[in-house]
Amino acid sequence: MSGSLAFVFGLPLAVVVFFFALAAYERRTGVAVGGGFFQRNGLAIGLYLVLAVGFWAFFIILLPQLAMVDMSFRPKLPPSQMGGPKDLYTLENYRYFLFGSTTSTAEWNWLHIKAFFLTIGVSIVITLINFAICYPLAFHMAQSATAARLRVLLLLLILPYWVNEILRAFAFRVLLSSGGIINQMLMGSGLTNEPIDFLGADVGLYMGLSYAYLLMMIFPLYNAIESLDKNQVEAARDLGAPWWHIHAFIVLPHAKPGIASGCTLVFMLTAGALAAPLVLGGPRTLWFTPIVYDRFYQAFNWPQGAAYAFILLVSCIIFVLVVLKAFRLSLGEITR
Amino acid sequence: MAAAVELEGVNVTFGDFVAVKEANLTIEPGEFFSFLGPSGCGKTTLLRTISGFIEPTRGQVRIGGADMKGIGPNKRPTALIFQNLALFPMMTVAENIGYGLRVRGVPRHERDEKVKNLLIQVALAEHGHKKVSELSGGQKQRVAIARALAVEPSVLLLDEPLSALDLKLRQHMRSELRAIQKRVGITFIYITHDQGEALTMSDRIAVMNAGVIEQVGDGRAVYAEPRTPFVAAFVGENNQIRGRITARDGAMATLETPLGTLAGRNPVALDVGQEALLFVRPEVMQLRANGTTAGFEGETLDVAYEGSVTHVTLRVRTGQKVIASLGASALAALPTPGETLRIGFRPEDALLLARPERH
Repeated sequence: MSGSLAFVFGLPLAVVVFFFALAAYERRTGVAVGGGFFQRNGLAIGLYLVLAVGFWAFFIILLPQLAMVDMSFRPKLPPSQMGGPKDLYTLENYRYFLFGSTTSTAEWNWLHIKAFFLTIGVSIVITLINFAICYPLAFHMAQSATAARLRVLLLLLILPYWVNEILRAFAFRVLLSSGGIINQMLMGSGLTNEPIDFLGADVGLYMGLSYAYLLMMIFPLYNAIESLDKNQVEAARDLGAPWWHIHAFIVLPHAKPGIASGCTLVFMLTAGALAAPLVLGGPRTLWFTPIVYDRFYQAFNWPQGAAYAFILLVSCIIFVLVVLKAFRLSLGEITR
Repeated sequence: MAAAVELEGVNVTFGDFVAVKEANLTIEPGEFFSFLGPSGCGKTTLLRTISGFIEPTRGQVRIGGADMKGIGPNKRPTALIFQNLALFPMMTVAENIGYGLRVRGVPRHERDEKVKNLLIQVALAEHGHKKVSELSGGQKQRVAIARALAVEPSVLLLDEPLSALDLKLRQHMRSELRAIQKRVGITFIYITHDQGEALTMSDRIAVMNAGVIEQVGDGRAVYAEPRTPFVAAFVGENNQIRGRITARDGAMATLETPLGTLAGRNPVALDVGQEALLFVRPEVMQLRANGTTAGFEGETLDVAYEGSVTHVTLRVRTGQKVIASLGASALAALPTPGETLRIGFRPEDALLLARPERH
């Protein structure tokens, strides 16, 4: 145990110290001059950057995903038979998602398919709601707020995210439950006699999901709108444009890359969210991520869980790419 | 016919800062009118007040006789050309020019027709389909003008639109702007800190300083007959000599200065004993024979030979620098730095104005 700890923390530290020393040496001997990548950064730092980024990309990002993809095409086997003669590539996990059976294709697995499309559909709606909430705010912050106001707004936006997601989700649950403050107020004011089942109607789920990734929408939007020359807005106004026309034909086209990047982030994160659906989902609502979670931890079927997760990932990526294409945006543009 | 633009007691304040103070002005239809002043003098604020982006704190703006209070920039018969032009980069040249018509709901064919005519007018007929970024500086300038003219404003407001261009193009655009204004016949209100631009293009000029309109008049009036020391010093080169009035004689007055007793015209009727500034343009300075008592002496610091004139910078007895622009015929040989020259001027070429208290 202490050996692995020493490895996990010691190795990177040793690498950093080694390259730091090498960099210091190179700087003193004056090797680090010139125009190319290695000339500019010195051999040590250059090598370190290439290796570190390469290591990061391969071991942290690529390899785990590849392992999951690989696993999703394998049957569920006890550990003793893994790698044995029965461990052959198969589509049975994907078949299970569609037909509810690893062998038969007689009946559709409506429960899971519905959950899947519900997740995608609701994620789209949540993304749109997020955009509707964030756009006016981002526009105000970027174009008309004073520096002092901007600071306050940013603080107000960021501070609530110090509260962790689980606590936030349960707080929503408390707030919206049949004996919660909102129902008490509604009944106290005589607007309703019976408590309203907000959680059963998934109001809590949508609130929680919308709230969870608000920042992912607001900052790309803010960045994009902030780079718009104020004179363009004024010029359009001076030429007689009403406010909605300015937004539709001047601000939105300019902010398109920011909108795309914000929407992509929110959509991906919402579709893959776990805490909010687990805590806030109504009893009749089956969200897709809890199903994936159950494959892993209830059914103890890791290959099936991997297949389900992979289905969600690929569907989301394809959806995003199609939408980007429809809005004539390249992946490169949304990173601007 | 109602005046194009009237300002009546217009004040604009931002918190404690007074950007425009008591502006009263009438600009006639078809006039090319310039506001000239250093940066921060309030001229851009005044322009934005006329275009409707700023409401005056006090006073009234009338355009075509109608009070503009509460009327936004999108409802005013003005069009503004921004300093950085603010063309829409995601639209083509033709879409830029047609934008104002599009928001007014002008039908497509009518719009296209009009845009085509405007493109011809500003000599960009071949460039309608291009992106704005493919154009040169001068072409962008003309797109901005066409875009503003498309909405047929009765007043065109221009906020230093030439300042981003290089010298050659700037001079070319001056005559082009003037020609466009004559052709379309609407009022142009032009903001600049460049007196050359103001003098060459304008029918009338308002010289502004620290939020106050100091003087309004045609180019000759503000250059030759300034009414305040600021105008005298800001418009063109001018030498200032401080002194106290000792005698008045009709339109002239004599004053006692550290450089001796000098005289000049007294248009603002300064009284004996008053502190005054005597303004003498470099080009009215003349060489005096050495050893005489006329004029005053100075040590030559710098000689700039320009062919037809030579600008000589002198340091006079008070340590102050005085510039004399001497014609080719006045100089037998170029003075050398360090040489002492005696210079003077005819009193009728010099101008007396009251010395501001804060000096």
